[in-house]
Order: sequence, then structure tokens, then C-alpha cells
Amino acid sequence: MEAGAPSPGRVRIALTVNGRPVEVWIEPRELLLDVLRDRLGLTGAKRSCDVQVCGACTVLLDGQAVSACCTLAYEARGRRVLTIEGLAPDGRLHPLQEAFIEHAAVQCGFCTPGMILTAATLLDQVPAPTFEQVKAHLQGTLCRCTGYWKIIEAVVAAGRRMASVEAPR
Amino acid sequence: MLRPFEIHEPATVQEGSRLLAHYGEDSSVYAGGTELIPVMKEGLAHFRHLVNIKTIPGLDGIRHERGRVQIGALATHRQIERSPVVLAQAPVLAQVAARVANLRVRNVGTLGGNLCFAEPHSDPAAVLLACGATLVLAHAGERRLPADAFFTGILQTARMPDEILVGVEVPAFGPGTGAAYERFATHERPTAGVAAVLMMDEGVIASARIVIGSVGPVPARAPEAEAMLAGQRPDPRLFRAAAETAGRRAEILEDLYGSADYKRHIVMMLAARALHAAAAQAGARVN
Repeated sequence: MEAGAPSPGRVRIALTVNGRPVEVWIEPRELLLDVLRDRLGLTGAKRSCDVQVCGACTVLLDGQAVSACCTLAYEARGRRVLTIEGLAPDGRLHPLQEAFIEHAAVQCGFCTPGMILTAATLLDQVPAPTFEQVKAHLQGTLCRCTGYWKIIEAVVAAGRRMASVEAPR
Repeated sequence: MLRPFEIHEPATVQEGSRLLAHYGEDSSVYAGGTELIPVMKEGLAHFRHLVNIKTIPGLDGIRHERGRVQIGALATHRQIERSPVVLAQAPVLAQVAARVANLRVRNVGTLGGNLCFAEPHSDPAAVLLACGATLVLAHAGERRLPADAFFTGILQTARMPDEILVGVEVPAFGPGTGAAYERFATHERPTAGVAAVLMMDEGVIASARIVIGSVGPVPARAPEAEAMLAGQRPDPRLFRAAAETAGRRAEILEDLYGSADYKRHIVMMLAARALHAAAAQAGARVN
């Protein structure tokens, strides 16, 4: 896939988006969020506060949560970007997504992509985290609907499920 | 949309410094971008040349050498938070790094960027000052500056335009040294923070360093309070008196985070807590 056309001041970057190699012409000033949403059609990451405070635009860059609203697309050159669209590539929901549905951890849904990707980075490092660990990790990822309780419970449940599946028998 | 700029990718500190010298006020160091990009997005500043120092190898290491913890300027808050070296030799720096802004900022934001931006509401600045940190600035040559001399005003530092902050050094904590940082924050940046470092010798406070952060233009020592503690045994009444002195004498600016009186009260509370926590860290009995 290649998006955008060459023009003065533009540079071509190669990156991996949701497991697929992508080449895109960008201007240095372009933000990762705009390139993902407007050029690559990946609208899972949301623009909300636009100042890296709320977490609605969270994507993973080489497995680390970043605010795409304040990250230059240039920073993604040669790196792996994961958006919420890439979490369930074969159509099977990720355990976190299943748990969010089961626990009704979604209301308006605007924060959900960022919540789930941020939670996924915790489960990468800490299998079966406690309620307190989840709460600490999600601090700074804002939800204006749920009051957080069900989100935290969903992440705890997903962690337990994943740890029990992955544990050697 | 941001206004157009060009990104330069120096391979060495010297090359980066030359680029900064060449483009002057039209250029800025660019590292994690967590301070710079929001400022440029808001149109509060614009630079046509960003010098991306992340292309310079070796500026993100964390080492323990000759009794000092050396932290590269490009080390992210997240790296510092999880560094075995920092956790073993200067654990307070890891605790502070873990509380900066939010996870996304900590993943990308660098210690050097936090210090060079010199936004007064900074957690690491106050703690590094209390720890007696030295900042290493490089251009053609290199100079070392105590953290006390680095911060010169709101968003202002002693860094020359063609200098690049390459690292921060903190003396490793010996036995009997306790350090703590207490803060109050309702937003991404702290309203007030107090760092305390106590060096104990046979149950007596040999020396104390107290730094009040976030409330004034720059993080500042509390010399009168420090003097009250030196040579004394840890005691709750002494700690309360020193904390009140630190708060009373502090330069506190009113801003969107609160009135000066409000913040003065918070500083006194935080100073007392920081002293108790530092004493506990040092293994001292407080009674």
C-alpha cells in the first residue's frame, strides 16, 4: 500500500501498520493521528483533547502506548504501529474486547480503543494484574461515561482469562 | 495543522550543536516532543528547524559509575522508572518518573526534555535538585553545571542555544541516606511538590536538603529549614517546624493551579510528609 503523492518537502516513510507494511509520503509536520485517520482510513484512534491528556488517540508504537495526536508521523518510520483495528485481525475478538462487552465497560465508546490498547500494554507486562495495578496503569486515560469501575473489572477479568489460558498445563 | 518545518538528523552531539548554532532562534532541539509538539500545535512557538537528537547514539543510557548514577538526557521517564540501576542506587528518581504526566508521555518524554523545557511544574526538576544532580551540557566541548544553577526562570535555563543537554548525574545514595518526594496534583502537572534528602549519621541528621518545586518560577532550596535540621535528631516537632519555615520562606507565585496562600499551606504539609518519608527511607527512628 502506498498513500499520498510526492511533493517538495515530503519524505517517504516505511512502517508497519497492524502487521501490514505501509509506505506513505508525509510532511515532517504531519501528525500520526491525521495520517492514520485521514490517509490510511483507520479511524479507531479518536481526536479528543488534542493535547495528549485524555488517551482517546492512543495507538501502540513498537508496543508502547503513545498519543497519536501529539506524535509526528515521522516518528513511525521503520516502526510497528498497532491501532484498535489491528487487535482482532482475523475477526476474532481479543480477550480484552470480549471482557469489555461482558462487563458492559463501554457506554459511548469514544475512549474504548485507547482504553483497550492501553490495557493491552499492561497485560503484556503483567499477566493477571490486580484491580489496583489496572487502576494505576489506566490513570490518564479518561472516560467520561462509565466511572471506570467496569473498565477496570473488565481488564482484570481479561487478564485472568489470558493467564489461565496461557499457563502451562 | 502545524506550520511547516524541517527535521535534521545529526549523528553526533557536535553536529547537532553546529545545526543549532547555524539556525539560531529558528531552531529547537527535538527529542521526545511531549513538550515541544503541543506548544507548536498551539502556535505558542514555531521553529523552522527541529534538530532531532534521537539520531545521536548513546544518549539514552543509564549507568552506575564511580559512585554516580549517570542518566542520558534521552532516557524516557518510563526507562528511568524501570531501570534496575536507578531502583538500586537512587530509587526516589524511579518513583518520581513513575508519576510524571501519564503513561503515554512517560513512554516518549525524556528527562532531558523535561528539564530543558523548564516548565515550573516539573516533578523531576525538584528531585534532581534535592539529590545534588549535575547536568552535563555539550557543544564543541562539554561543561558541567549543578542543577541549582541550571534553572534561571519560567521556561528559562542556563543552556546556551547551541548546547545540548547530554546527561544528568546524581550521587548514588549511600547507607543512611533517605530521599522522598511528596506532591499534590489534580492535573497532568503538579500543583506543588517537595523533595527532601536526609543524610543520617549515627541517629543524627548530618545534612538535609529540601527543595520546593512547582510553586515558584524555578525549583528552590529551603536553606533556613535545612539549617534547622542539621545536627538534630529526627523528631516530629522539628520536622513540623522546619516544614513551616520552608513554606513561609518559599517564593510562591499565584497561577491557574491556585493562590499563593493555598499553595503555601500545601507546601508546608508536603514538606513535613517528605521529611518523615525521607527519614523512614534512611532507616531513622522518628520520635
